[in-house]
Amino acid sequence: MSEIIKRSKAMSVSPLKASSPTGAALAFLGIHHAIPMLHGSQGCTAFAKVYFVRHFREPIPLQTTAMDQASSVMGADDNVIQGLATLCAKQKPAMIGLPTTGLSETQGTDIARLVKDFYRQYPEYAHVAVIPVNTPDFTGCLETGYALAVKGMFEALVPEDRTRVGLRPRQINVVPHASLTPGDTEALKELIEAFGLRPVMVPDVGDSLDGHLMPEDYTPLTLGGTPVSEFATLGEAAATIVIGRSLDAAADVLAERTGVPDYRFDHLMGLDANDRLIGVLAEVSGHPVPERIERQRAQYQDALVDCHFMLGMARIAIAADPDLLLGMSQFLKSVGSEIVAAIAPVRAPSLDDVPAEKVHIGDLEDLEIAGREGQCQLVIGNSHAVSSAERLGVSILRIGFPQYDLVGGYTRTWIGYRGSRQALFDLANLLLEHHEEHHLIAPYRSIFRPAEAFAELGPATPATAAGGLPIH
Amino acid sequence: MKPSEVAVLLDEPACTHNKKAKSGCSKPTPGASAGGCAFDGAQIALLPIADVAHIVHGPIACAGSSWDNRGTRSTGPTLYRIGMTTDLTEQDVIMGRSEKRLFHSIKQAIETHNPKAVFVYNTCVPALVGDDIDAVCKAATERWGTPVVPVDSAGFYGTKNLGNRIAGEAMVKYVAGTAEPLPPPAAAVEYAEKRGIKIHNVNLIGEYNIAGEFWFIAPLLDELGIRVICTLSGDGRFHEVQAMHRAEVNMMVCSKAMLNVARKLEDRFGTPWFEGSFYGITDTTQALRDFARLIGDPDLTERTEALIAREEAKIFAALKPWRARLEGKRVLLNTGGVKSWSIVSALQDLGLVVVATATKKSTEEDKARIRELMGPEAKMVEDGSPRALLNMVKELRADILIAGGRNLYTALKARLPFLDINQEREFGYAGYTGMLELVKQLALTLESPVWTQARSTAPWAALRPAAPELPLDADDLPMPLDDGFDMDDVHDHHAAA
Repeated sequence: MSEIIKRSKAMSVSPLKASSPTGAALAFLGIHHAIPMLHGSQGCTAFAKVYFVRHFREPIPLQTTAMDQASSVMGADDNVIQGLATLCAKQKPAMIGLPTTGLSETQGTDIARLVKDFYRQYPEYAHVAVIPVNTPDFTGCLETGYALAVKGMFEALVPEDRTRVGLRPRQINVVPHASLTPGDTEALKELIEAFGLRPVMVPDVGDSLDGHLMPEDYTPLTLGGTPVSEFATLGEAAATIVIGRSLDAAADVLAERTGVPDYRFDHLMGLDANDRLIGVLAEVSGHPVPERIERQRAQYQDALVDCHFMLGMARIAIAADPDLLLGMSQFLKSVGSEIVAAIAPVRAPSLDDVPAEKVHIGDLEDLEIAGREGQCQLVIGNSHAVSSAERLGVSILRIGFPQYDLVGGYTRTWIGYRGSRQALFDLANLLLEHHEEHHLIAPYRSIFRPAEAFAELGPATPATAAGGLPIH
Repeated sequence: MKPSEVAVLLDEPACTHNKKAKSGCSKPTPGASAGGCAFDGAQIALLPIADVAHIVHGPIACAGSSWDNRGTRSTGPTLYRIGMTTDLTEQDVIMGRSEKRLFHSIKQAIETHNPKAVFVYNTCVPALVGDDIDAVCKAATERWGTPVVPVDSAGFYGTKNLGNRIAGEAMVKYVAGTAEPLPPPAAAVEYAEKRGIKIHNVNLIGEYNIAGEFWFIAPLLDELGIRVICTLSGDGRFHEVQAMHRAEVNMMVCSKAMLNVARKLEDRFGTPWFEGSFYGITDTTQALRDFARLIGDPDLTERTEALIAREEAKIFAALKPWRARLEGKRVLLNTGGVKSWSIVSALQDLGLVVVATATKKSTEEDKARIRELMGPEAKMVEDGSPRALLNMVKELRADILIAGGRNLYTALKARLPFLDINQEREFGYAGYTGMLELVKQLALTLESPVWTQARSTAPWAALRPAAPELPLDADDLPMPLDDGFDMDDVHDHHAAA
């Protein structure tokens, strides 16, 4: 168990943390025909919107209750009601996610009551699922807010009925944590389908934000994602797969309400996690493991031994949200790397099992300091960590949010035998790139050799033999 | 090159192989040969000379897949990393234009890169059509005033090992003794004077500065006042080869491939020589002592002993925590003849147990040396095939295979920890300091968590009838790769038949 080092400085420098309303918005963006509306000032939404637009390179539907000076002081309940009514009237969404923010929480909003008030005032919008979620900016991080939103959706939309388990014997519910990419969820769905099962992913960011051109030229709502109607079917599935400890509370709600047995994974990187996943799928489906997957497993094993020369004892610094940090660090540990710096933005249960001596609750400055102390050879983090890596003189592997300087980074696949294999190759290659600085023996120039021996050859000067010519 | 000249090169009086049953470099067997040709051997032996333009005269096959030698490193010029070839065309061959193309190629190399010298490597096609590269080189030298040296190394002359010797021969014949050494820098002279040290000159033959590992040794020699006039050929310079005749002692570094160089320098200039190695603490110490012994300067001997005591104490302290981790680990060593005993001693210095070593290329003397090091029970492997190696591993319960790169994937496919000791490796293991890198690399692979994962069968497989075990037929195993740049061959007198 790692030692958790709490934040000990006044100021956060080069922050790693993204706010929890941002994370809540992400969860709602994984629902079909949805739009999140942050209850706060316009800026709360604008920043979150830009954050995702740059990361996904997609238009992001996101609205705001647009609290101004008067409503911030005098009460912003009307903003919420009015905002919901406007969205319902204009956009006709199937779901509106309603995360609070630091502003509205400090003011003291009772967001759940406001939703009830809204339905009372506008019974014609009873069919629109409005999901309130308390996500004050000053608690948690992106991953936290995402998990809270997922929990909120389960509480609001999953019927309490434990008698229907297995009525859809081929259905398997999947609840992915915030840092799984569209590429990850796609790969996961393919794996599940390979066993003849029907995955229902909640939420399904991979379906809405995977980046695909569509017939419509503009949509104010999400296109793709989990249909709201699916929430009613979750209780009829044969099993639920939950990925990420941040989702424990949400998974508890789902299990409690439906009685569907769940299988919880910390992550899906590396051999052990994927062996377990495939085992579960084989068991639930009664379907033999497809040869293709056996082959992928063997390919992963081969990559492990090929890459252990570069990755063994490699000193790695990682900064990420807790679930991703746990997954990535355990994955690296499985190939013999050392995690010399592990940074998470907030305290979370995942951090206890990060295979590092210490885990810092902190920022990218902490990453840089710990990375330097630990003589790290590679930084793993978001696009903001690029300059940290530059100052440390090492390569970076981009993971998590945001990845604004890498096209397609949002959709790469990390999970499964295949995704894990590619991750091994990329990690090994990044280390090879900087092999020179870290492994090569420093050139030693003998004191007895004249300076001429060390000079590069100039192209233009006339050639003169230093001594005699060869004896022909 | 005439068959008679090849025969002369094959007869190496200073080599123990000459007198034993395994004499001469055996002919390769069609269909059952591995390893490179004479051109390959000649090129790798000289390519580390950094300020020379190395032109391969032939069609693209010869240079195309062999240029850019990354194993060896330079403190200065990087010209040796630039691949140059006449890339002969069909028309060149048919119309007899290849000599002309070579002449112009030499001009181009001189004009673009201003090299200290140009080496021209002859290959099969021009040798077969009868290009007179000696004459072209002579004419080019006269025309441009830059030394142009022919290295007549057509692949069909013989094995890679013969190529090593052809290369050495070319250096002795055309280059050594054609210039005097430059005076050492004033700072170095001052350093020596201040301490009352006499500077002694030596050559190193067959040291390739793999991964820069000689830089672990060079500071020690500097400190002792031992000036390396020329290293043939790691981090070498053309002018240094020219001045080779001024050394007081030559060291044949862990190698017999260029024994002809040491012998001819002795014949021509009377320079005494010894064989030694910089792998392992014991051998490094021995090499330093041999220098002092042959130079015969009592002051040097005294300072050498002090340096050895200091360095050994330092490295033994640094190795202590590693020793505890590696002690008792069982090693199967598969490498060439001379190198095998040199590495055995390095591994024993670390507390590892060498359970067997390959002796396919070893002489009786080598074997005696191995017995001396490993005890009379020493297991010697004659058959170096992948199947035989893996069987040995099983039988002797070896924890790791240490071998050349060509065995790398054999080991990995068998899920066996592996350490590469060949020339293309990226880590330097020479000298006292190199031992630290060696232990690190050993621990890295031995202690890696990947092996349990790689050996694990899928958990769901238990539910099915068991799959057959690892492949047992030799045919199922991958053929050894010919890695092109193989220390086994550079280092040994005899390439594998």
